[in-house]
Amino acid sequence: MNTLKYQSQAVAKPYFVFALILFVGQILFGLIMGLQYVVGDFLGGAIPFNVARMVHTNLLIVWLLFGFMGSAYYLVPEEAETELYSPKLAIILFWVFAAAGVATILGYLLVPYSTLADFTFNELWPTMGREFLEQPTITKLGIVVVCLGFLFNLGMTILKGRKTAINMVLMTGLIGLAVFFLFAFYNPTNLALDKYFWWFVVHLWVEGVWELIMGAILAYVLIKITGVDREVIEKWLYVIIAMALISGILGTGHHFYWLATPEYWQWVGSIFSAIEPLPFFAMVLYAFNMVNRRRREHPNKAATLWALGTAVMAFLGAGVWGFLHTLAPVNFYTHGSQITAAHGHMAFYGAYAMIVMTIISFAMPKLRGIGEANCNRAQVREMWGFWLMTVSMVFITLFLTGAGVLQVWLQRLPESGEALSFMATQDKLAIFYWMREVAGVFFLLGLIAYISSFWVKEKAQA
Amino acid sequence: MSESFTKGMARNIYYGGSVFFFLIFLALTFHTTKEMPERDNRQNITESVERGKHLWEKNNCIGCHTLLGEGAYFAPELGNVFQRRGGEAGFKMFLNGWMKAQPLNIPGRRQMPNFHLNDQEIDDLAEFLKWTSEMDINGWPPNIEG
Repeated sequence: MNTLKYQSQAVAKPYFVFALILFVGQILFGLIMGLQYVVGDFLGGAIPFNVARMVHTNLLIVWLLFGFMGSAYYLVPEEAETELYSPKLAIILFWVFAAAGVATILGYLLVPYSTLADFTFNELWPTMGREFLEQPTITKLGIVVVCLGFLFNLGMTILKGRKTAINMVLMTGLIGLAVFFLFAFYNPTNLALDKYFWWFVVHLWVEGVWELIMGAILAYVLIKITGVDREVIEKWLYVIIAMALISGILGTGHHFYWLATPEYWQWVGSIFSAIEPLPFFAMVLYAFNMVNRRRREHPNKAATLWALGTAVMAFLGAGVWGFLHTLAPVNFYTHGSQITAAHGHMAFYGAYAMIVMTIISFAMPKLRGIGEANCNRAQVREMWGFWLMTVSMVFITLFLTGAGVLQVWLQRLPESGEALSFMATQDKLAIFYWMREVAGVFFLLGLIAYISSFWVKEKAQA
Repeated sequence: MSESFTKGMARNIYYGGSVFFFLIFLALTFHTTKEMPERDNRQNITESVERGKHLWEKNNCIGCHTLLGEGAYFAPELGNVFQRRGGEAGFKMFLNGWMKAQPLNIPGRRQMPNFHLNDQEIDDLAEFLKWTSEMDINGWPPNIEG
């Protein structure tokens, strides 16, 4: 059965499928690292912690990029009311990106990192070995090429079609993503400058342009599942992303407190990042408001649940847990502790993993030719996955927060001489790390339930 | 939201607000990069420091350690390890011994791999960590433990 409005939307399917495969990999490596936190020599010879972490974080970034690309290929033609400019290009770029991604991850796993650096001629243009930007320079160039082709394809589609607010905001976010990634190629010897501009990629992605992408995807899904007037939803979208950028751009300052930078960043960063929770709070109000004012009963209940869930969890993870340690006098003690890890986990899951799963939930039944929604049994299974993963992530965050508070108490607050060393402190945190690992196992069970929901069919009528 | 507040107004706040604050951000960045030479210890960047930074990156040290609070939270902060482990008098000897003793192979303890660096490379790495520790980063970390 053909259930797509525009046939070229079908190119989104491999992007979504591959994103979810990488997501499973990310969680498996997360569990390995979580265990290494308490059983330090677990797999130490085969997969050292730094490798596991690199795989865990890089898989996250890459699967979210696949998810964003799939989302764009799915929603842009429908918004523009025209077929995608070149479905063939989209499929070619899928294979290029997937091959580059898999080769890079295998490189991390199969050879020592320094060998990978030599093998990919890192010394010609050194960009490797910086957190989240560990990819070989050649892979980074590949990412740029894929992004350019992707933006060209979407741009041509939008040019010949309808220019909705959702399309324009999504496009701005994606262009910003590509432009700020270029700072990954700037790696001066001076560590202070290196770090300052490294944040132009990392912060201006996740607390800047990615919020535009998230906002646009959420707005699209809300229009579809609630039937609320587009004018209303797009007005909210503009208000939310205005708040996100007005707070988030100068909010970058919260990374410049302790970095050979003038002290005024402590004021600028504290004030503006204190406002950063607001757009996320507005997103919660808006998602619930729109669902309550719905003009139709969309059969895809699971997609509605994801849409509400991503708003709430993004507010908690990015908003509340971000605010927790963003003020300079607090951050002086919490900077680089387990508090940071707690915030990172819930924020990425709530804002970005969940928005991708929101649109996957909405789009997959159509992409697979099932119709508006999966059968009831499949949706129930999917919602089991939602609740297991989400509740597990809440517990992961709480346990890491407990670990972080104790770490600050033992290692950061006392004077030199009184304070426990890093390693001695880590031993005291073991109970929290064990509980985090258990919560991680439950997360994996939730993920298995979620993935398995794609195979659940309605019971045959007797 | 009230009907008198239109989508057009919201869009203008979005475009105007983000351009305005981005320009302020660029201006502050310009000012900061002018100020940084006073604080970032760049006059002491030697060829050895530069080689040390490349070794730091090439071996993915950030995958376990933090440096000035950023990185992974699995192993100790190294921004001030120079002061913590011997300073001018003893740090180089400490680092040389430490790197060569890896992996410690203590059952259950977190393992640092052996990166097979030669004496010259370990010296470069030490120079990089020394240089980093002498940056003025507004008094962070709160104590010597990092």
